[in-house]
Amino acid sequence: MTNQKKATSRRGALKTLAGAAAGAASLPLWARYAQAQSSEPIKIGFQQHSTGIGAAYGRWYGRTTEAAVKLINDGGGINGRMIELIAEDDGTDPKRGAEVVEKFANQHGCDVGFGTLFSHVVIGSAPRAGELKLPYFVVSEGHHVASGMLNRYTLQPGITDVKSQVQAMAPYVSENLGKKVTMIFPDFAFGHDHRDFFSAAIKEQGGEVLEQIAIPPSETSFTKYFPQIPRDTEVLYHVMVGPAVLTFVKELGEFFGDQGPEIFGFIDSLEAVDISSPGLEFLEGTYFWEGMPRYAQEDQSEHEKFYREAVGVDENGASVNDPSDVSTYAHMFGCWETLHVIKAGMEASGYAGPLDRAKLIEAVEAMGEMPESQAHPQGAKRFNGKTHQVFGHQHISRVENGRLVRVHTTSIDDTLYPDEVDYTTQPL
Amino acid sequence: MNMGGRVLGLHLGLLVVLFALQFVLPAYHHGNIARIMVLASYAVGYNILFGYTGLLSLGHALFFAAGMYGMGLTIQHAGFTPAPALIVGIVAGSLVAGGLALLALRTAGVAFMIVTLMFAQAGYLTILYFGEYTRGDEGFVIQQAQRVLWGIDLSDPTARYFAAWGLFSVCFLLSLWLVQSRFGRTLIAIRENEERVRMLGYDTYAHKLGAMVVSGTISAAAGAFYGLLFGYAGATFGSVQYSIFPLLWVLLGGAGTVLGPFVGTLFMFYLIDLSSGVTSAYMLIAGVALVALTLFAPQGLTGEVRRRLWKGLP
Repeated sequence: MTNQKKATSRRGALKTLAGAAAGAASLPLWARYAQAQSSEPIKIGFQQHSTGIGAAYGRWYGRTTEAAVKLINDGGGINGRMIELIAEDDGTDPKRGAEVVEKFANQHGCDVGFGTLFSHVVIGSAPRAGELKLPYFVVSEGHHVASGMLNRYTLQPGITDVKSQVQAMAPYVSENLGKKVTMIFPDFAFGHDHRDFFSAAIKEQGGEVLEQIAIPPSETSFTKYFPQIPRDTEVLYHVMVGPAVLTFVKELGEFFGDQGPEIFGFIDSLEAVDISSPGLEFLEGTYFWEGMPRYAQEDQSEHEKFYREAVGVDENGASVNDPSDVSTYAHMFGCWETLHVIKAGMEASGYAGPLDRAKLIEAVEAMGEMPESQAHPQGAKRFNGKTHQVFGHQHISRVENGRLVRVHTTSIDDTLYPDEVDYTTQPL
Repeated sequence: MNMGGRVLGLHLGLLVVLFALQFVLPAYHHGNIARIMVLASYAVGYNILFGYTGLLSLGHALFFAAGMYGMGLTIQHAGFTPAPALIVGIVAGSLVAGGLALLALRTAGVAFMIVTLMFAQAGYLTILYFGEYTRGDEGFVIQQAQRVLWGIDLSDPTARYFAAWGLFSVCFLLSLWLVQSRFGRTLIAIRENEERVRMLGYDTYAHKLGAMVVSGTISAAAGAFYGLLFGYAGATFGSVQYSIFPLLWVLLGGAGTVLGPFVGTLFMFYLIDLSSGVTSAYMLIAGVALVALTLFAPQGLTGEVRRRLWKGLP
């Protein structure tokens, strides 16, 4: 009898325990999270191009990101919680990129995804981020976000897009270098963006594009294209990218010798490449767009100096540990600034966990002016919450004695264009 | 149970397991298996030409991309709904496969590999050339609203899983039926000794042409579904690496086995996924695993099962 009672009692206790466990398991996620939120880290999924065509960028995006995370964590983290960076290699491939986004959301339980550069990876991954409702902060400079192609969960608050960069170059080019332009660009989407945006912008400045020379992506020798450059060309605009760029510059130098037009290019061609590499002598006296000047300028701000030291970049834009390891300085600040935007957005929205992702999106959308600061060492920014795109100053540098010397900085107003989308009308 | 019954049971069993997994898998693996089923369908198509007919193509990305762009471009520019767009994609793949077969089958061996590779590369460059419509290397998004098939939102995880399962089931069972049919047995005979088959009076050219069209059509269906289910069409899927992938999956899983393409795709997917969680040098781990498999299981995983345990496995 006693045993019977004890047995019944044990069963009862087990039932109670089981009931309690089931009850706990059925609690909403937020309730369980609330217990842990004071100590749980904020998980940021870093979609990194560690391998594939974007590996040079990926390496430096990684270093910049780690430096920014260290700074934020040393300063107390976000809402008192440390950042845990979870890096996954996407192989610079859109298929793997989408898989990595799924991994962030469904396996690692990341709060946000971050850091993608190459446009095809962004465009391949963003639909999954939107479906999984994972805030996806890209650092790509593509026009894909502001064009309206993507979704409300995809934002680009840390780097300007190619359309604003290109159009902001036109006034300087037409006033200082010439109004008759010939463009040489790779015959794929990146080159087509330059072709379309710059042609329209230079026309607005009273200039004209005399010839558009598209180079097939598999091309390895360029001499045969140069005779297509009209004789009355005043400015040659080039945006070649990839391993053939050194050959391109060398052959361009052999073709023109000392008697060429002014030459203007985008530093994208030569990111992670030493300007004083053999064969690049011809670049002396030519002009480049730079998102952020690679070489420390005489008037560099205290914030930029701090940023440069924190990331480990010397005055020539190379690693402090290896002068031959040249950085992707014109772009990688975007990782630093984006992480600070995420921090600001989470703090403004009181972000506590994945259930607050929608509030985070709204908080970032509400951002506007971002003054130059340690969080924004490249310069002041203006975020457009409707198009999810940030706008900022652009720089033009001239190669002088093998160094890039800044000769012009645009205003933010130079970079603006009419909205092409209003993401805030999409449901969260 | 006779031999045929056991074979059917095994293959239907896999489909039942995959169907049931929908209800138990955690979200991450649920998404992975959906993706794997679409990619395995691509491998099933490749296996018909390579595993059963003995023709090693290095240009199947052309068919995959033909399906993807046939579907994607008609949705994007012609306002098609998913059902007719899928049909356009599949038909586009069939036509491209038929056209390429007419030219490439004039060659054999290494020349066949090179011709298929070159045509696929030409296809890839064509996608870039018509960047105004295809958005070239960047590709384009197929928006959620454009992915509603008969009222079913294919961006929903459950709907996506069932759509992938449906595609895989059709391709898988078609492959099982095909290789046991007279046509399929003739293909296997061609693989083993084409001259002897010709001597016996078979039109080997017509059979190889048929195999290539079926293979290309299945690959195109996989491409069309991939774009529709995951919301993106891009030139990367037409690049040479996407011709190499199905070759690897089929070799690993077992060329000339019906199960092999799925096993190989599953194995390769998780090999990359798991090893990338262990080290940044995950490609090294993947490479070592592939070399080990080639050394110790040269007929692939399912091929080894057939060699050691089940001689009659199709």
